[in-house]
Amino acid sequence: MNVEILKKTEKPETETMILNMGPHHPSTHGVLRVILELDGETIVKATPDIGFLHTGIEKTMENKTYNQVIPLTDRMDYVASLSNNLAYLLAVEKLLDIQAPPKAEFVRVILTELTRIASHLWWVGTHAHDIGAMTVLLYAVREREKLLDIFELVSGQRMMTSYFRIGGLAKDIPEEFEPKVREVLKTFPDKIEDYENLLTKNRIWLNRTVGVGTISAEDAIDLGVSGPVLRACGAEWDIRKSNPYSGYDEFAFDIPTGKNGDVYDRYLVRLEEMRQSLRIVNQALDGIPEGDFVERVPGVVLPPKEEVLSNIEALIFQFKLVVEGLSLHRITQR
Amino acid sequence: MHDLILKKLKERFAESILEVAEFRKEPTIVVRKEYIIRICRFLKDDPEFSFNFLSDLCAVDWPERKPRFEVVYNLYSISKNHRVRLKVRVDDGESVPSVTSVWSTADWHEREAFDMFGIKFEGHPDLRRILMSEDWEGHPLRKDFPLTKEEVMFNYNKDRPPRIMK
Amino acid sequence: MGLEEHLGDGILFTTLEKAVNWARKSSVWPFGFGLACCAIEMICTFASRFDLARFGMEVTRASPRQADLMIVSGRVSTKMAPVVRQLYEQMPEPKWVIAMGACASTGGVFNNYAIVQGVDKIVPVDIYVPGCPPRPEQLIEGIIKLHKKIEKESLKKKREL
Ligand code: SF4
Repeated sequence: MNVEILKKTEKPETETMILNMGPHHPSTHGVLRVILELDGETIVKATPDIGFLHTGIEKTMENKTYNQVIPLTDRMDYVASLSNNLAYLLAVEKLLDIQAPPKAEFVRVILTELTRIASHLWWVGTHAHDIGAMTVLLYAVREREKLLDIFELVSGQRMMTSYFRIGGLAKDIPEEFEPKVREVLKTFPDKIEDYENLLTKNRIWLNRTVGVGTISAEDAIDLGVSGPVLRACGAEWDIRKSNPYSGYDEFAFDIPTGKNGDVYDRYLVRLEEMRQSLRIVNQALDGIPEGDFVERVPGVVLPPKEEVLSNIEALIFQFKLVVEGLSLHRITQR
Repeated sequence: MHDLILKKLKERFAESILEVAEFRKEPTIVVRKEYIIRICRFLKDDPEFSFNFLSDLCAVDWPERKPRFEVVYNLYSISKNHRVRLKVRVDDGESVPSVTSVWSTADWHEREAFDMFGIKFEGHPDLRRILMSEDWEGHPLRKDFPLTKEEVMFNYNKDRPPRIMK
Repeated sequence: MGLEEHLGDGILFTTLEKAVNWARKSSVWPFGFGLACCAIEMICTFASRFDLARFGMEVTRASPRQADLMIVSGRVSTKMAPVVRQLYEQMPEPKWVIAMGACASTGGVFNNYAIVQGVDKIVPVDIYVPGCPPRPEQLIEGIIKLHKKIEKESLKKKREL
């Protein structure tokens, strides 16, 4: 008797439902809002709404001198501050047509690679936390603190270092820098093993990452995706290899790639990148050359203090640089 | 490579090229905006160039110039590893053809340029504000938009309420 | 063990206010809510090295309905401001707010069109923690200050607010 009803309800007419997720939601780091269209449990459409963290940095930069902008670049991608500094400074240095001295380049490479590790650690930690593995976050933050200690050692700040400056570094690296980095180099590979042990073959982790968020390489390129996400899609492309800067062409390292472009592959690629970063840091640390830590271009870089106190030209340069800032226009016309 | 790009473009779109410049080995080609989709498509599809990656699309405001805005396209080829920069000029109130049909990533970039500068993109599937809220007035990155509306409090003015600047 | 040993079999007298405040301050549940760079330092404070669990605060709640303390960690944009206000209103009384970092306190380095110049323009703030970003120790200091403040609160006043 109920067969008729059953037959009718076999394919029930359904309506999709709109669900608002965010901007405050435990898994939307960096305040993202997604407007979801649901068909039962399945998401049929997701419209992201961004801009909750729009800070107006560009406009603020327009109103500052080239040196004053460096601290702002720290605050753009705040888990990888030094990399942002470097990107900005490379642009300014290209404009000015100056080159940082070899020592500065090596230190830049070491610190940006350590930043990469710190940033990847943050990714692994928070991502694992979001899908239910709290331990990994605690482990990752523990290791990240070690790296932050190094940043603090060289610059005095844990996160917003502003350590790279136009033409080189803000100041020379301290003596304890090398032993500290060596210690990280020695202990860190085991820590990566720890994460692998916790996650790589973990059934829950596999269930929640394999085949999730798959992007094909063509789509990724079309959508302007780069970095580890693109590499996880299988494209073997790394800006450090294709357009080497800061002397990256002198270091031997591999580009890890994934196959399927899902979350699991991104995880594997990032873990492997951490290992490769350690390799680069190792090579760079062995080869830090002697010399000055900044290219002393007059009118661009502050002269050393002794000279300012004894030499009128240096005093004028310092004065003009501090008061007026550096005028790219004047210098490029030189 | 730059010469080759220029040569081929000149052959095919001679009337569209307004200006060519090179600075620090970075070539820039200013083209007429009516041609931008065709040029982009050509640069992307031509196997010699295959500019498959739109690394950035942004705009510049030159308040004293006419036309006032420049839209800048930074193209990159992942397979061939070379770059070129295209620019089109557009005045306030005019619109630029949208390149979303060439690279899907242009979608958000164009929305940002619209949000920040008020440049309209013709043929864009969903042109609305992306960073500022829907009810925001004005376009913040225009040079005539004030950086801030609120006075900073210092010692000398700590006793009076902050002035709202116009 | 512990407290019981010292108490013996006696009775302890205190005021209701003190007992309530003591209970409240000993387990403040923060709202897991991050906005920018300061949020990273806040998570560091919760995690291994600094371990906020020592202050009875390890339970970060994802829902405002279960939280007592909102740590506004980072810059509040004009687009985010109404959301912050709404979340604040969704928190049950008693509730406290810490403005963490220069941005949340005053707008910080971003004196521009997009950032609210101090979160105190939209929600009442109890403690301001300076720094850009504040070190975890600084945040802990702020939290201890908040505990002191809670201890001194009067039940009657809070109700009238
Ligand atoms: S105070 Fe500094 S660290 Fe904190 S959110 Fe603002 S810019 Fe970021």
